[in-house]
Amino acid sequence: MRLLSSRRRHPAAKALLLVAALFVIGAVYAAVAPTEQSAAEPNTSQQVTKGKELFSVNCSSCHGLNGEGTSQGPSLVGVGAAAVNFQVSTGRMPLARPGAQAPVKPREFNDEEVAALAAYVATLGPGPAIPNASQYSTDGLTDEEIARGGELFRTNCSACHNFTGRGGALPGGKHAPSLVGVSNLHIYEAMLTGPQQMPVFSDQVLPSQQKRQIIAYLDSIHQEPNHGGLDLGGLGPVSEGIVGWAIGIGCLIGFAIWITARGARAR
Amino acid sequence: MSTSSGTSGVGGETHEEMNPEQQIAREDYAGHDMPVHEPAHPVPDPGVEEHIPRLTDVDQAAADRVERQVVTMFMLVPVTAVLFVLSYYLIPRDSFVDFGPLHASAKHVALGLTLGIGVLLIGLATQQWARQLMANNEIIEERHPGHSPADANEEAMNQLTVGIDESGVPRRKMLIYSALGAIGILAAPALVLLTDLGPVAGPNYRRRTFETTLWKEGVRLVNDITYTPIRPEDLEIGQLVNGVPENLKDLTGAAFNDAKAKAPIVIVRMNPADIKIPADRKDWQVAGILVYSKICTHVGCPISLWEQQTHHLLCPCHQSTFDLADSGKVVFGPAARALPQLPIKINDEGFLVARSGFPVPVGPSYFERDSRKDLGQSGEYR
Repeated sequence: MRLLSSRRRHPAAKALLLVAALFVIGAVYAAVAPTEQSAAEPNTSQQVTKGKELFSVNCSSCHGLNGEGTSQGPSLVGVGAAAVNFQVSTGRMPLARPGAQAPVKPREFNDEEVAALAAYVATLGPGPAIPNASQYSTDGLTDEEIARGGELFRTNCSACHNFTGRGGALPGGKHAPSLVGVSNLHIYEAMLTGPQQMPVFSDQVLPSQQKRQIIAYLDSIHQEPNHGGLDLGGLGPVSEGIVGWAIGIGCLIGFAIWITARGARAR
Repeated sequence: MSTSSGTSGVGGETHEEMNPEQQIAREDYAGHDMPVHEPAHPVPDPGVEEHIPRLTDVDQAAADRVERQVVTMFMLVPVTAVLFVLSYYLIPRDSFVDFGPLHASAKHVALGLTLGIGVLLIGLATQQWARQLMANNEIIEERHPGHSPADANEEAMNQLTVGIDESGVPRRKMLIYSALGAIGILAAPALVLLTDLGPVAGPNYRRRTFETTLWKEGVRLVNDITYTPIRPEDLEIGQLVNGVPENLKDLTGAAFNDAKAKAPIVIVRMNPADIKIPADRKDWQVAGILVYSKICTHVGCPISLWEQQTHHLLCPCHQSTFDLADSGKVVFGPAARALPQLPIKINDEGFLVARSGFPVPVGPSYFERDSRKDLGQSGEYR
């Protein structure tokens, strides 16, 4: 202490004190300031530029140079970042060839490129943003809420996706995909944006809390152990009937042939 | 007849191959003075196939080998039984077996396999025993005439006549009339019970029950399950909402189920430029938001399989397809009538409400249904 008090009138003391105060303020700001945007915000314009480049090369042949749509593909004005993230990160887009429906396939872009494309398309018009983890996380939901999610799923989704989310057929070669193994984020984005033939389930009508419940219900039924052995796709009587007829009756026919066969004779 | 005598000759030769008892039985039968009607065959009767003994009939070593096989299979059955009991007690319930597409409880797989193999072994062993070791000879059993002898018929008729005489009915007719009357009157209680199948669905009854729903003017459209009311600005183009009338919330039990079987709706929003709206339905929609009954007009399945790009609503039961952008007309499938549309409007608080009830009865067809206000398959009013 004596050292500090004896040096307090030193010519450098004011300057040193100022530096120390700045340092403390900076440290406090760094601790308190929101950190989430700090990584993304400064890059936004760069991201949009990169996204536009990727878009021009990979998407514009069908969706138009400015995403305005052509006879080959719909307009992307107002579809939002969520739609881009869903379509591109599940590999549905870019489409390999025209068909009844864009199938899931290995993705062509990494996370950074998908984010850039999404950021660019989001600038074309207001649309749903990519949901954050708190919207689709199923943590902390009670059993009652998960059961409510089941009710909502059976009312709104089971007509196409089957009541355990195994998917189903649609007219004209289209299909509603199975939801087994689909990430929570993608299920949420699909409800939010209504990809392809799927209707939209907006957050105003089906709030994110209810979407979380639906996702939690799907997670819970897909994690259930299968005590019944082979589920044969869980499609109901069609696959079970085929196996029953082909393998079950086939075995019986085999035994019948063996029973009535004459076997080895003396000559 | 020359061919038939020839065939019996061929058959006669093979009789030498039969065992003695069989031959005696056949001769006994032939000894009866039964009329023999040999039908004329286009192809001569080849008779009984020549008997060739099995390998196990002539080769003692082969027979012993089969015996060993059968005994081994029978002796493996106790092994599977013991394994079954052991699996029951020793395999923990939460252990699983993963084999290709199979992901199942190890205990259940073990129980099924041990018991199944045990039963299969018993079956295989008995079959092998029967095929290889039990007696092996072809047997002919001739068909006997189906009718009874004439004297038996006569005797039965005599007994019946005697029975009727002894009952006293020919002399005292009142007996049989009163008995028949007593039995006949018991039909009345049964008929009374059958009226519970009714009531007969007359016009008033139909109007009160399955021709009306909970919808009437001013009833708010709410989400199914959550009962949250809906504002038009909540709906995006391409959105589908499974809805019910708000007053459904007040019902419970059977009344709830009755009402919910008729009242559900699908609310869809489409780009107004894509929709064809007839002149008399101009004010049934709000900014491209259209509401239809969710109950298929074919046999009444609930439908919500909607393709937002084609605007087609597909019934999962029999693939009836309705075009919601064109007054719900049938574009495919067995349904005969368009899906009933519910007229809607916005109330003072900005919520979607019904403008009236359904203008036509919802749900499947029935004989007495007045279909004059329905849109038919061709689009004209029928």
